[in-house]
Amino acid sequence: MTDRWAAGVIPYAEMGYWEPDYEPKPTDVLCAFRITPQPGVPPEEAGAAVAGESSTATWTVVWTDRLTDHEHYQAKCYRVDPVPGSAGQQGEGQYIAYIAYDLDLFEEGSIANLTSSIIGNVFGFKALKALRLEDMRIPSHYTKTFQGPAHGIVMEREYLNKYGRPLLGATTKPKLGLSARNYGRVVYEALRGGLDFTKDDENINSQPFMRWRDRFLHCIEAVNRAQAETGEVKGHYMNVTAATMEDMYERAEFARDLGSVIIMIDLTIGYTAIQSMAKWARANGVILHLHRAGHGTYTRQKTHGVSFRVIAKWMRLAGVDHIHAGTVVGKLEGDPNMVAGYYDTLRLNKVEPDPVKGLYFEQDWASMPGCMPVASGGIHAGQMHQLLHYLGEDVVLQFGGGTIGHPMGIAAGATANRVALEAMIKARNEGRDYLTEGEEILKAAAQRSRELDVALATWGDITFNYASTDTPDVLETPVSV
Amino acid sequence: MRITQGTFSYLPDFTDEEIEAQVQYALDNGWPLSVEFTDDPHPRNNLWEMWGLPMFDLADAAGVLYEVNECRKAYPDHYVRLNAYDARYGRQTTALSFIVSRPADEPGFRLDRQEGPGRLVRFSIHPYALDRPKGDRYQ
Repeated sequence: MTDRWAAGVIPYAEMGYWEPDYEPKPTDVLCAFRITPQPGVPPEEAGAAVAGESSTATWTVVWTDRLTDHEHYQAKCYRVDPVPGSAGQQGEGQYIAYIAYDLDLFEEGSIANLTSSIIGNVFGFKALKALRLEDMRIPSHYTKTFQGPAHGIVMEREYLNKYGRPLLGATTKPKLGLSARNYGRVVYEALRGGLDFTKDDENINSQPFMRWRDRFLHCIEAVNRAQAETGEVKGHYMNVTAATMEDMYERAEFARDLGSVIIMIDLTIGYTAIQSMAKWARANGVILHLHRAGHGTYTRQKTHGVSFRVIAKWMRLAGVDHIHAGTVVGKLEGDPNMVAGYYDTLRLNKVEPDPVKGLYFEQDWASMPGCMPVASGGIHAGQMHQLLHYLGEDVVLQFGGGTIGHPMGIAAGATANRVALEAMIKARNEGRDYLTEGEEILKAAAQRSRELDVALATWGDITFNYASTDTPDVLETPVSV
Repeated sequence: MRITQGTFSYLPDFTDEEIEAQVQYALDNGWPLSVEFTDDPHPRNNLWEMWGLPMFDLADAAGVLYEVNECRKAYPDHYVRLNAYDARYGRQTTALSFIVSRPADEPGFRLDRQEGPGRLVRFSIHPYALDRPKGDRYQ
């Protein structure tokens, strides 16, 4: 063993960051990292290096450590497991390194501080070929310092007076170029036809072809007209994403004053801005929708980045009411088991570890309200049985093209989706095997709904069957009956 | 117009057998049912009148349907809805809620506009039926 305090460079593992006998405390923040060490770097040393660089360490011994209770502040890598089947792929193996962080390392209620610690420095570390944050266990002691969803699933449903079925939405298309008046027309038709929500897209902010104030005025007229036509509460996610907090508050306050039930922000505004808007949303009684714009740049690749389940966890803590979390059957990335893990993370109060769903730790949310997942991107009425099966009831199903592209018009597209949804819920509640009989159930409902009939004829056989890039390491073993 | 509040308003009105099947689903989940009625269907009217207390101890779907029909008889020109409540920790809210009868003629809503500065318009939804006194709103 090298002298721990001799000047120079010694392995992280020998500086106390590798502690295989360590038993995590209930108050520790736990992380599971997927590490791909450079050739010749032992996995324990790689894990210790991640623990070191994400807590107290630097590359060399510093005597000033001795001015602190350094063992208390050091993160501890306490377990390293090889990933089954990964050895030999391109010559190097992957490992899951488990690291424990003392609660003392983090500022209360700050996603920015939590993330600066955990993912702030280590991802460019040369001794690793790749690094991915797979999952985190946030202890209740820390969870309780965060606001959590501004309203949560229960309050949202009571606010909207809508129960027993997924909510329905659509994103206004085309994403860019519509004038405010034409935009309001799309919103009105979709809402009066039967959707609960319409949505600005992530990149609709305040461009030359349509300024935000004009859009908000036309959209709120559409919302109110649709409410009068149906007798239902309706909403349009008014995107308040802007360059500065001052601009965002101005837009959010205008939306509130118009009586909008919901506003939206993009993930690109940053964690601190998200927490500020969540605080504003709770204080002002406005539901907060988050579009996960940009996440695919760091969540999709299996060996490097941050898993979406971690982003989902951070966003529930940060306090958004809605977050896009995958469709399984649509046009965007999403393995069914992984998506189930994201949905559990967002909705349940207690989540059990489940390798099949990619969940590494238990997570007790300590009664923090659930966050409503949103399924959006390439889904249509003909998939309703699959959507209900995979995604459940507390979800917003968003059919953009699948509403607006209907040959009979936007309102007809909305009606088709609503009829398909209600028919499927009815069949499920009646005890039918709706996943197997889904197509028959839809066809029967279409006999009494021309809108649905035409929707099924247009999109009935459209599927997006591509292999997922982000899959769990463990697959369910088929059991013969 | 047809007010589309509730879980199943886009489907044809349910027969008694179809209502009973939904009741059975709620009972199988341990959700007590309750009947409510109103002649003020404003989308933000959260306080429909209760047809008695929630039927916490009634485990028989036919019994629930009987109460639905009693309420329908007593309030023929009203909206009647059936709710199922999930008292489970973490939910503690309505799990299913659908309209089981409605007035023969639904006149719908008037949208009032109050014009303000800066093109701001204040909207307000007014059920036409509300112009008549309670109990005498739908014929």
